[in-house]
Amino acid sequence: MLKLLSLIEGKVGWSLLLLAGLVFPFVAKNDYQLTVMSTAYIFAIATVGLNLITGYTGQFNLALSGFMAVGAYTVGILTVDHQWPFWWAFALSGVTAAVLGFFVGIVSLRLKGHFFSIFTMCVGYIMFLLIEKWESLTHGPVGIIGIPAPPGVAGIAFDTPRTLYYLVFAFLVVGVWLMHRIVRSLLGRTFMAIRNSEELAESLGINLMRNKVLAFMLSVFYAGVAGGLYAGFVRFLGPDIAAVDHTFDMTMYMLVGGVGTLLGPLLGALSVPWLTQSLQFLQAYRFVVFGPILVLLVIFLPHGIVGTYVGWKARRASKLAVSASTGAVSARAGVPATEGAVHG
Amino acid sequence: MDLFLQQVLNGLTLGGIYSLVALGLTLVYGILHVPNFAHGAFYMAGAFVSFHLMNAFGFNYWLAMLGSAAVVAVLATLSERLVFHPLRHASGLHPMVAAIGILLFLEASAQAIWGAEFKRMQTPYTGIIDLAGVTAPVQRLLIIAAAFALMVVLQLFLKKTVMGSTIIAMAQNRDGASLVGIDANKVAMLTFAISGALAAVAATLYAPINLVYPAMGNLVITKAFVIIILGGMGSVPGAIVGGLIIGFAESFGAFYLSTDYKDIIAFVLLVVILSIRPQGIFTKAAR
Repeated sequence: MLKLLSLIEGKVGWSLLLLAGLVFPFVAKNDYQLTVMSTAYIFAIATVGLNLITGYTGQFNLALSGFMAVGAYTVGILTVDHQWPFWWAFALSGVTAAVLGFFVGIVSLRLKGHFFSIFTMCVGYIMFLLIEKWESLTHGPVGIIGIPAPPGVAGIAFDTPRTLYYLVFAFLVVGVWLMHRIVRSLLGRTFMAIRNSEELAESLGINLMRNKVLAFMLSVFYAGVAGGLYAGFVRFLGPDIAAVDHTFDMTMYMLVGGVGTLLGPLLGALSVPWLTQSLQFLQAYRFVVFGPILVLLVIFLPHGIVGTYVGWKARRASKLAVSASTGAVSARAGVPATEGAVHG
Repeated sequence: MDLFLQQVLNGLTLGGIYSLVALGLTLVYGILHVPNFAHGAFYMAGAFVSFHLMNAFGFNYWLAMLGSAAVVAVLATLSERLVFHPLRHASGLHPMVAAIGILLFLEASAQAIWGAEFKRMQTPYTGIIDLAGVTAPVQRLLIIAAAFALMVVLQLFLKKTVMGSTIIAMAQNRDGASLVGIDANKVAMLTFAISGALAAVAATLYAPINLVYPAMGNLVITKAFVIIILGGMGSVPGAIVGGLIIGFAESFGAFYLSTDYKDIIAFVLLVVILSIRPQGIFTKAAR
């Protein structure tokens, strides 16, 4: 497994992943597989966002699916009830989530650690209950039916599962590339400094609140965009999209792959749904299996697959360095797994 | 006036239940500093075990409650041993996710065993008493009496017995408690057992005027979190007072504002209070 990961590392690895994504529609046996993969991509976008605030900035946000619902309902309400063109509504989906995220962020990020998580869980509940009860705006438990499919762009119509797949795939690629730029930038380093120690970060002159709110807004922007895509892809919305269960799902994706790595959450979000599909007979009871897996993972593999790999590589590099020159110990040896994982 | 008293009665009922659930949560937080998201699943398991004991084995109501308290206490202790104990040195995110894992597992298991549909739990106390113009279902009075009796017993246990004092000592200062020879493992197991039993009793008391279903714990646990944040994480009196505040806010809110939005009231209260006082109302020190 670890050896296998070294194959999909670096520029070559990412190009291979990109290629695999591009040829997938030609390998897929049927439209159903395409749909499963496209749905996985949509949740992968939101998971990449969750990873920014949780993995890189160290704040476990349990309201993420609420923000995904905000993005989705932005598209649903504007297109169905106000006859907006899809793309105009879609353009607003991430923005609405981010604006709302600003206000939720400035209140919730005053709390630290557990309190932040519990608080955001409550915020998630408020969002869910509002969507369910505010019938004049959201159609309540009935949901929004008949959301238009995304109209074609530049001569490409998104009317078949294959073209829709490429649309979602394109957003995922752009999303992951942008995330790569963010975490490699000074901003990303700032977020990680906050995760590693808030006191230390503050003493370096980092404005904690401003950066945490920014990370929060960026993260829910991803969730909002994912929600907007979800609305255009599934074309039906119910309050369930806001349920905290989706956040739990995405947390699992993130943990399986590796918290605080770029590749990890992506791998988790793409592989776990397929695992779920192969356990189809368990559908409703899948957590009888996944619950214990989650617990075992947290206990025995807390850095996820990618995180464990990075740690393994760092240890090996240090061993090599030690055997090469017993005197000079490589500086990389001391780098903890999650910190070294950034390049992934 | 009668309607007002009716709401007081409802508030006391809800508050009693919320306090019992919040007490278990706050005790565990005091010892382990872990927000136990699985606590709501313990609550749900308590209701289902009672339901099963009554229906399949013909237990009477009180015996079923005792049995379910014992079963859930074992369940909670097991989860401490198997999950939280190995994670006691882990960082903040991991115990939380592990707790979520337990929650998902228990919920799916209940659904696999008993199905997803709503169930009604029967109670021997179906009568209604007329108290000076206020109609009071006996079950509600029972909830109030039992909940508050249990709180008194718990308070006496914590304050007057050596075993109870070890829990308090541990919550106050882990190292200090170890220094005077308190076994941290025993205390953690005991605390989980108590919290599980409290959740099971609360669920069995409340289920007859509510319904039994796999997701029944979710809303209750979220409110219990609101309560212990308001009351101060780890504080026993805070959990009781907080429970009553939320109980009253909900019953009066449902009556004077809107039944539709009654479940939101607790959360809005939390958001408003934490926006003004991020450290909670009853805590003095900033966290």
